[in-house]
Amino acid sequence: MPEKTVPRPGSLRELAQLLMSLDNLLVSCMRCGLCQAVCPVYGCTFREADVTRGKISLLENLAHEVIKDANSVDDRLNRCLLCGSCQANCPSGVNIMEIFIKARSFVAGYRGLGAIKRLIFRHLLPHPRLFNFLTGITGVLQGPFLKVANRRVGTSKAAVLKPFLGERHIPSLPSKSFSSRHGSIDTAAGKSGLKVALFPGCVPDKLFERLSEATLKALNYHGVGVFMPADLVCCGIPALASGDSQAFLNLTSKNIQVLAKAEFDYLVTPCATCAANIKENWPRFMASYTETEKKDVDSLTAKTMDITQFLVSVLKIDTTPGTKNSNAQKVTYHDSCHLKKSLGVSAQPRAIIQSLPGYELVEMPEADRCCGNGGSFNLFHYGLSKDIGQRKRNNIVSVHPEAVICGCPACLMQLMDMLSQNNDDIPVKHVVELYADSLPG
Amino acid sequence: MPVSHALIQEFIKILSPNQVLTEEADRLSYSYDAAVLTPKIPALVVAPSTEEQLGKTIKLAYENDLPLTVRGSGTNLSGAVIPEPGDSIVILTNRLNKVLEINQEDLYAVVEPGVITSQFAETVAAQGLFYPPDPGSQTVSTLGGNVALNAGGLRGLKYGVTKDYLMGLEFFDYNGNLVKTGSRTVKCVTGYNIGAMMISSEGTLGIFSKIILKLVPPPKASQAMMAVYDDINKASETVAAIIANHILPCTLEFLDQKCLKYVEAHTKAGLPTEAAAILLIEVDGSHQAGVDEDAAKVKDICTKVGAKDIRVAKDAAEKNKIWEARRNALPALARAKPTTVLEDATVPRSKIPAMVAEVNRIAEKYKIDIGTFGHAGDGNLHPTILCDRRDTEEFKRVEEAVDEIFDVALKLQGTLSGEHGIGQAKAKWMVKETNQATVDFSKNLRRALDPKYLFNASKKII
Repeated sequence: MPEKTVPRPGSLRELAQLLMSLDNLLVSCMRCGLCQAVCPVYGCTFREADVTRGKISLLENLAHEVIKDANSVDDRLNRCLLCGSCQANCPSGVNIMEIFIKARSFVAGYRGLGAIKRLIFRHLLPHPRLFNFLTGITGVLQGPFLKVANRRVGTSKAAVLKPFLGERHIPSLPSKSFSSRHGSIDTAAGKSGLKVALFPGCVPDKLFERLSEATLKALNYHGVGVFMPADLVCCGIPALASGDSQAFLNLTSKNIQVLAKAEFDYLVTPCATCAANIKENWPRFMASYTETEKKDVDSLTAKTMDITQFLVSVLKIDTTPGTKNSNAQKVTYHDSCHLKKSLGVSAQPRAIIQSLPGYELVEMPEADRCCGNGGSFNLFHYGLSKDIGQRKRNNIVSVHPEAVICGCPACLMQLMDMLSQNNDDIPVKHVVELYADSLPG
Repeated sequence: MPVSHALIQEFIKILSPNQVLTEEADRLSYSYDAAVLTPKIPALVVAPSTEEQLGKTIKLAYENDLPLTVRGSGTNLSGAVIPEPGDSIVILTNRLNKVLEINQEDLYAVVEPGVITSQFAETVAAQGLFYPPDPGSQTVSTLGGNVALNAGGLRGLKYGVTKDYLMGLEFFDYNGNLVKTGSRTVKCVTGYNIGAMMISSEGTLGIFSKIILKLVPPPKASQAMMAVYDDINKASETVAAIIANHILPCTLEFLDQKCLKYVEAHTKAGLPTEAAAILLIEVDGSHQAGVDEDAAKVKDICTKVGAKDIRVAKDAAEKNKIWEARRNALPALARAKPTTVLEDATVPRSKIPAMVAEVNRIAEKYKIDIGTFGHAGDGNLHPTILCDRRDTEEFKRVEEAVDEIFDVALKLQGTLSGEHGIGQAKAKWMVKETNQATVDFSKNLRRALDPKYLFNASKKII
């Protein structure tokens, strides 16, 4: 497979021309400003350049060469979680994610990527064995550096690693990832008559391998055949969010190659971000694929879904709310943006929680407001990410839950960090963990 | 950078570095509001977060002759917060966003100008009280902006508009001195009624720092229905008959045929697209029995006047479905074409059929798409023009059509703007609705309160 390359605008004029390809989308913003109501970044800063209307105006002005400082536009463009709240709330239906994803790619192409990003996106993420090796080593060596931050939440902090981690409270890395423990998996369909491709996603594979284990357990329990090739790579979202569409396309292309050969009914993942990325962003770059790849992308995106959606909507597991145990745990549910706003999945995870006798669901205020993680947003804008996360944390503790449940590993990391830093003894779990725990075995 | 470095340092001394925006990209994002007008980039943008900072900022700006525009969330539709040309400054109020007091015994609240309308309404609702004004942008609009433009909404007929809830104000004059007017009492005749003058002053007379708003007890029961008409005159007669029967619905909304078609194409909700118009009517009150009685009377009136179909909501879900048509009016129209010019000409409610007929004639004359919806109960229609601002030839026709819509509204004894404001968009029309003496009087008033004419100079009265 030849490496994919993406043309880079060499001058401001060329960048403007590329941005003009988005003009039909940009012009449909009627400047009503209703995005201010839901934008998590604007909610902290009250700065117009931080909200979608402001960013669209900046891009329009860059496209028309009214503003010539592409770097300052890029800096503001990147102060965005890509959570999609604005698009879900936009009265004129502006295709905001298309604008932001493409614009980031154009502007990053003009500005160039940093050396570290290039190294990670182009030389680490495409190589699953190297990636597993490095995270495995870290898992073994981290011990002496980590100090328990919050036992109930399951976080640690590391004073020596402060230059890298900042103030973050993090979960420790397991010494073996899900994929290195299982290698490749290929089991036949059982009583369900269905077979799925399991796409764990980097975080549920390497950091929260328990989510992947829970997913596998649920699939096995329901007699669902599982296909997980050892050479799956990152879904590409970190590269794409940083505007490296070339690295993104090469990752996508690798995944397509690995997946397209096999026969399966659905592609499931416990990672809401992976599911949303596969469904929304893989087809976004259709023009860059070969004819075969185009067909494969069409078929793969149609088959992709979140694990809770698969359990409830496809397997139709029994979600009748039963009588609760007398000691049922009071839990609250956080809607991940990629689950609710991108995939429209909000009823299924709740149905699962409500069906379990051991848990009682209480809704928190603003359950679907972004937690502030946003993947690489958390890495590059930690202060903002934390401010946004604090609002989520306050909403969580306002209903006094014994645990918080969500459906996305990135949210999981963020909620753990926020709760731990506030000394709240509230563990965070993925819906599929609750479900798998309720199953025998 | 046209504003001197030394002056910027003085603003930073009053505020802090991150409250003074000087970079081009930041200034550029305050060059527009929700009106389809030419943007202007300000030289400086400042975001005071205390009353003291606000007062000092105004004084410093005025002393240095900076044309000055106050901005809340920038959602108005008349260009009222597009910055002034030249080395102008924009003062943001959105960090002045505290609800200072909610008084349950005396039914009022004191707020800073940057509080968001619907957040305020939710906060008072949580305490069992009601703040009725609900402009279309309520989820983001600021109360300061609502007062500055006398924002309306769907509940105008029964509950009134922002002016009916303003009890008192504190604002800064051009010297940065704090002026106080009104009080926390129902009755107050102390001094001039300056609040009434500040309502819809569009940032031309002074800059609010505190607002005292009246609260009311919330309705406890409501009933909604949709009436379908094959003749727009019958819809209008219904409105007149309801009011003649001394029933004041809390909302009485109207959608014309074109609008219905766009909404149906967008929602596929099963709306009667063959109808000439529909009315969406909601009555409310403190007792279910009284509300039911009013709803029955309204239904009866609709039937007598000749509605060909009436759908009464049986429960909350059906009520929600009825209102979905109205909620989707603007989203449906906005999706149809890239640019949405939302007009606001208002006529006495008996003139609605004449106005809609004229709007449709104008649409045909200028070969443009216009869907009309609005507040039938108060004659406030929103003819919405769908176009593409990049098509200069088409946009010229749109501008001509807008001019003609104003002409027609005035001929029907209506007004240029019911609730969107005059701003830049309609300032040149003021003399036509009133007369030269009115404009001169207004200018004299302005000069007395703003001798250098720096407060939002190109807005309201020119």
